[in-house]
Amino acid sequence: MRQTQFQQLYEASWSALEEILDSLESGRNGPKLPPESIRRLPSLYRDMCQHLALAQSRCYSTALIEKLHYLALRAHHQLYKREFRIGKRLLEFMVSDFPVTLRNHYRLFWLAFVLFFGPGILFGAVCYFNPDMIYAVVDDSSVAQMEYMYNPDADHQTGRQEGMENASRVSMFGFYVYNNTGIGFRTFAGGILAGLGTLFFLVLNGLVIGGIAGYLTELGYVDTFWGFVIGHGAFELVAIVISGMAGLLLGKAIIAPGNLRRIEALKRNAGQAVILISGAAGMFFTAALIEAFWSPLAIPAAIKFIVGAFLWLLVFFYLFLTGRNRDAA
Amino acid sequence: MTPQKLDTACTIETPEGIRLELYPAGPVARGAAWLIDSLIRIGLYIGLALVLGVLGATGTGILLVAVFLLEWFYPVYFELTKGATPGKSAFGMIVVHSNGTPIGWQASMIRNLLRTVDFLPLLYGFGLVSMLLNKRFQRLGDMAAGSLVVYKPAPREFAHIESVAITPPAGLLPREQQALINFAERTTRISESRTVELADHLASLTGEKGRQGVEKLLGYARWLASGR
Repeated sequence: MRQTQFQQLYEASWSALEEILDSLESGRNGPKLPPESIRRLPSLYRDMCQHLALAQSRCYSTALIEKLHYLALRAHHQLYKREFRIGKRLLEFMVSDFPVTLRNHYRLFWLAFVLFFGPGILFGAVCYFNPDMIYAVVDDSSVAQMEYMYNPDADHQTGRQEGMENASRVSMFGFYVYNNTGIGFRTFAGGILAGLGTLFFLVLNGLVIGGIAGYLTELGYVDTFWGFVIGHGAFELVAIVISGMAGLLLGKAIIAPGNLRRIEALKRNAGQAVILISGAAGMFFTAALIEAFWSPLAIPAAIKFIVGAFLWLLVFFYLFLTGRNRDAA
Repeated sequence: MTPQKLDTACTIETPEGIRLELYPAGPVARGAAWLIDSLIRIGLYIGLALVLGVLGATGTGILLVAVFLLEWFYPVYFELTKGATPGKSAFGMIVVHSNGTPIGWQASMIRNLLRTVDFLPLLYGFGLVSMLLNKRFQRLGDMAAGSLVVYKPAPREFAHIESVAITPPAGLLPREQQALINFAERTTRISESRTVELADHLASLTGEKGRQGVEKLLGYARWLASGR
């Protein structure tokens, strides 16, 4: 069959396909077609794929082949794209996807936990008994900053850095979101360097936080420091561990891909890791809310400790118990 | 030994059994797109700072959250709604999964969160090395996400062959017939002298040179395409 005859024969169905594609691509702004027309898309597309294959094997002109190829790309795009509906998806994510994925990789969770809290607690103890050790990890100005922030005799708001004493709670919230979630994301991203970046961030942050805790406790700043951090610490510290866990998942794909090629293992683990880091981002956000609006309140330390303990239990139960019926299914 | 084609096309086989060709974008174009996006982002930061500065302290809080969102999720938003950030769209690029489908939220998040690593040690060093070593110009974030940055396909204009049909010599292979029809359809897009230059290559086939050669080739093409 000659090319021109071929074109004349099938021109009508190609135009119909193009019309449907134009309508779908222009969305709400463009022409509207009745549903019966749009329902012809799959069968028109299948026919056109056959025509494209014929055109290619019969060596018709490149112009014709390109035209059909372009139609194929557009139709493929329309047929295989996924709708992105936020609301219901978000709830499902929080209640099901995130905790379940976390529990699926519980070993990595505990590894990240140990990598973060292990050095942290050890170094905290070291700094408690020998305060000068803090300078091995944290520089002078930062230590002075910490002392300033949590000094019980200070006349400024607890937990505020120098220069930010009079910032509003909302700005502090913004600052915490920006700062802390950024740390979590960087800890995660470091995982692609065979897990080394994540390892580095987890251990370093653990040492710094643990060391500061030990140092300030030795100074006697117990009510100010622990009262301030116990509340949001539940969400933030666990979120750091989860970010580390997500990073370690990436690293594991590169170091121990198992039966898969490294790139395949990476893609698979990255899909899981992104669920974890998204959940961690939510926890960082919650931690920022608590840190900005609850932690600085001037109420008796005892109450803060009780609420803090309650929040820790809440986080534990959320991660451990939510989405259980999905597990069994 | 036939030389290998120097082609950046990457083929995807669809469930319908056809092969789709996509052309991934190289580091230079992507770098330029990134520059444009950075400028847009800086403009947005400045604009937001000016507007929210009016609201005082609360404004600063909102500004910080906005800066956080812009820094990490500016590309994600555009990739999910339009398929590519404004910088990439300016160069005609689009972000897709490696099977040709539009990018989803998981892949978009992965490729954008891993930007921090691609950016190391300085100005996308790791990302650049990765793109140069990868067959499909993927940076580290793209590899983990299974995504590609490809040029949005755009159809080209081709002429309709209007000449009188002349029967070509026998024994032309299908690929050669295709080449003749292609030549005829391209005449509107190339200059007259270039057309003559190309036709002169086939002087042995047509037995003519110059404009007469061109006319004869167009006649052959017409016969091959339509038969009369």
